Amino acid sequence: MTNNIKNNPILKQKSSKDDLTMRVCMGIIGLFLAIAIILPLYTMFSKSLENKEGNFIGINNYIDYFSTPALFQSAYNSILISVIGTIIVLLFAFIYAYALTRTKMPFKWFFKIIAIIPLLTPSMLSGISLVYWFGNQGIAKSFLMGESIFGPIGIVMGSVYWVFPHALMIIITALSITDARLYEAATALRTSKIKTFFMVTIPNCKFGLISAGFVVFTLIFTDFGVPKVIGGSYNVLATDIYKQVIGQQNFQMGAVVAVVLLTPAIIAFSVDRFVQRKQVALLSASAVPYQPKKNKSLDLTMLIFCSFVAFLIICMIGMAQYAAIIKFWPYNLSFTLENFNFDLIEGGGWGSYFNSIKLSVYSALVGSILIFFGAYLVEKGRGFNFGRNTFHGVAMIPLAVPGMALGLAYIFFFNNPNNPLSFLYGTMGILVISTITHFYTVSHLTATTALKQMDKEFESVSASLKTPFFRSFKKITVPICMPAILDISVYLFLNAMTTVSAVIFLYSADTRLASIAVLNMDDQGELAMAAAMAMMIAYTCGGVRILYAIGTNSILVKTQRWRFK
Amino acid sequence: MSSDNRQSYLQVRNLTKKFGKFTALEDISLDIIENEFVCFLGPSGCGKTTLLRAIAGLDIQTYGSISQGGRDISLLPPSERDFGIVFQSYALFPNLTVTRNVAVGLENQSILASKIQQRVDELLKLVDLTDQKDKYPAQLSGGQQQRVALARAMATSPGLLLLDEPLSALDAKVRSHLRHEIKELQRKFAVTTIMVTHDQEEALTMADRIVVMDNGIIEQVGTPEEIYSSPKTKFVADFVGTMNFLPATVLSKNTAQVGEVVFNCNTEDFTIGSSVTIAIRPEDIDARNVNNTESNIIQIEVHHIEFLGSFCRAKLGHNDLKDLTLRADFSISITRRLSIKVGSRLKVCLPSNFLRIY
Repeated sequence: MTNNIKNNPILKQKSSKDDLTMRVCMGIIGLFLAIAIILPLYTMFSKSLENKEGNFIGINNYIDYFSTPALFQSAYNSILISVIGTIIVLLFAFIYAYALTRTKMPFKWFFKIIAIIPLLTPSMLSGISLVYWFGNQGIAKSFLMGESIFGPIGIVMGSVYWVFPHALMIIITALSITDARLYEAATALRTSKIKTFFMVTIPNCKFGLISAGFVVFTLIFTDFGVPKVIGGSYNVLATDIYKQVIGQQNFQMGAVVAVVLLTPAIIAFSVDRFVQRKQVALLSASAVPYQPKKNKSLDLTMLIFCSFVAFLIICMIGMAQYAAIIKFWPYNLSFTLENFNFDLIEGGGWGSYFNSIKLSVYSALVGSILIFFGAYLVEKGRGFNFGRNTFHGVAMIPLAVPGMALGLAYIFFFNNPNNPLSFLYGTMGILVISTITHFYTVSHLTATTALKQMDKEFESVSASLKTPFFRSFKKITVPICMPAILDISVYLFLNAMTTVSAVIFLYSADTRLASIAVLNMDDQGELAMAAAMAMMIAYTCGGVRILYAIGTNSILVKTQRWRFK
Repeated sequence: MSSDNRQSYLQVRNLTKKFGKFTALEDISLDIIENEFVCFLGPSGCGKTTLLRAIAGLDIQTYGSISQGGRDISLLPPSERDFGIVFQSYALFPNLTVTRNVAVGLENQSILASKIQQRVDELLKLVDLTDQKDKYPAQLSGGQQQRVALARAMATSPGLLLLDEPLSALDAKVRSHLRHEIKELQRKFAVTTIMVTHDQEEALTMADRIVVMDNGIIEQVGTPEEIYSSPKTKFVADFVGTMNFLPATVLSKNTAQVGEVVFNCNTEDFTIGSSVTIAIRPEDIDARNVNNTESNIIQIEVHHIEFLGSFCRAKLGHNDLKDLTLRADFSISITRRLSIKVGSRLKVCLPSNFLRIY
């Protein structure tokens, strides 16, 4: 019975009930992403092509923008401080990372902890601290030799502080992925240490350096908090958007600036994606991890350098802490807690702190479940490749959208009376949605990485045993990936506590947040109270981080003892 | 292909699998008998795992049909088919104990908890893992993990058991011990089993029938004896066991010439003058009864000899065969009796009934 008719149609497998359910769930989450990122961005783009009456005027707004020197100057300023800041941070971060991964410097655990501190504080904190150090009544004002801290100098210093850990983590990863045998080969060929450094070390981590460079550039370029506090009259794009939209109610021009702000972020994002793909090929299966050797002089030099950097970080947060608990700088230095009486001031209050807690908890809980489940549906679904690839692609978009652009896009989309979802505007709901969306990509990637590490055949086995996917998700996938889920939750929590750039456009009188209160109090000249609120944010983030460290050590050990032999 | 007295349980008809332009399986047709142990044997990339996965529904075929137990399962997703599967990595759920792992399939069938426990205990006793029932997979050895995977696959008494290179991840000693265990378990469970392997020794020792595959097609289906002693194609002859190959020209209906030597052999199927290959197993080369008036006797010289414990493998050369060499296996007693060593000249016989022509 030979049947060689090859014009038979290609067979299509019947989808099981589970397959269909998974696709529907993915569609629902996809719908969320469409509403949360695609539609608002589209609305913003089209607004930038309209005039005040809402008529389409093509790229006239853009022409206006680029021909107004004052507006255009901000773009130049943004680029300048971002480039300078990037160079400084990369230099510091590289040496610090080198010290942590390639030397036998003592007290590494201490330096690792200090390096994380800037992640626990809102970006404004460094601005406030700098005012106390170098402002009109600053202790170290003379160091600036006549220059004012309010302006590019302050922005660069403040930005370098809070961006440092981001660069550090990327470069540490890059330096850790090296084959020890390359160094052994270099030694066998009698290559000098310096030549080895430039011939082996640098090229090996070049992708990490490029990646870190672009990430850092984008972060500084799109940051709002530091320039707002310490920028003075030095205009940058981020503060421009704020002025156009909140100050001058010129939404169209605000949209134009936001689109301009998007451009380097998209370029940086594309380059980074491209570079990431190349990075994977560096480590072969048989590579041997590098073990640093003792080198007294190098270790000592590194110790001095890292101590200096740690000293700077401690000074930054230390000054903010000091400012929060003294009566009146610089005249009355007695200790007090009255700066924590937030309710006495308009624009803040303890309510904003608890709102931030609410926002952070909701974002962490809802966000981690939503994002992890979405990643699971993409990774482990069967068939429907087009849908899963599209979902994954859309999940990458948020990383390229700066917070201010997102916030603005949300105003356009959700504050429109024709939109059935406009009831969300001004509520805690929209803040949660914007936060989850803003930090979606990194969380999604963390989840897919963890899911990829699970044995690919779990799903095949579960299918043969006829386990419905909900049950295998709950009983097998979630417990195995719990470390990654906790990672995502903490990431969302910390970012929700410290973020300001998107929410600055979306909060209402009822939903003021701690980070916004910091800005408001700074606006009103209540610098000490602003410092106090910033420290409240820092305490909370620090507390959560410590809880997380304890949790991953002891709780995991107790409930997940199957991980250990 | 189906035997007279036993039912064909699984029928594969004209199955083709393409990945883009690449054809992994070409027009495969196969019958598997109920309760038999079949091995898909072949080199890497021959399509044996692809065929297994198509039968499981994990990677559906491009064309063709599959029936199991009288039911057409060609288009069904894996969850609607009836099979248990063990992968090379075992894919045991690391966060569940041995007991919980084995119970997974049973829990999905809403059986009473007490009955589940009973069945699990039964299975664990069968695979001899009762003492390990509360351990986690990370605490077990490779061989133990494999037995858990088997018990889990068999818990729901599926109609078909699929094994994808289950022994490849183990070291040699454990492997040979487990071969026997798996075969025993298969007999006890009385389940139709398909095992994919690239190790011909495994296939020869474990299978009731072997399906030899190469480049997406079936080369031969048969019992281990048939495959070994009557390989149908040159590929099967070469892949299973060792084989000597001699290029020859057909002289007449029952002779062929290799170099200057004429051999008696059955060349009925070939035209006179055509080029063929004569093949003979090393153990069939006879160094004993060469004083008879048998044909196919040649004078050889021993170029090289390897001591393999219970026998010696010799490399033989002959002026008439020019540069061709033969590998011959001689038992230790023959080697001693005829004092075979490097440089020895002796007569060997290549009996015509052991010669295969391709």
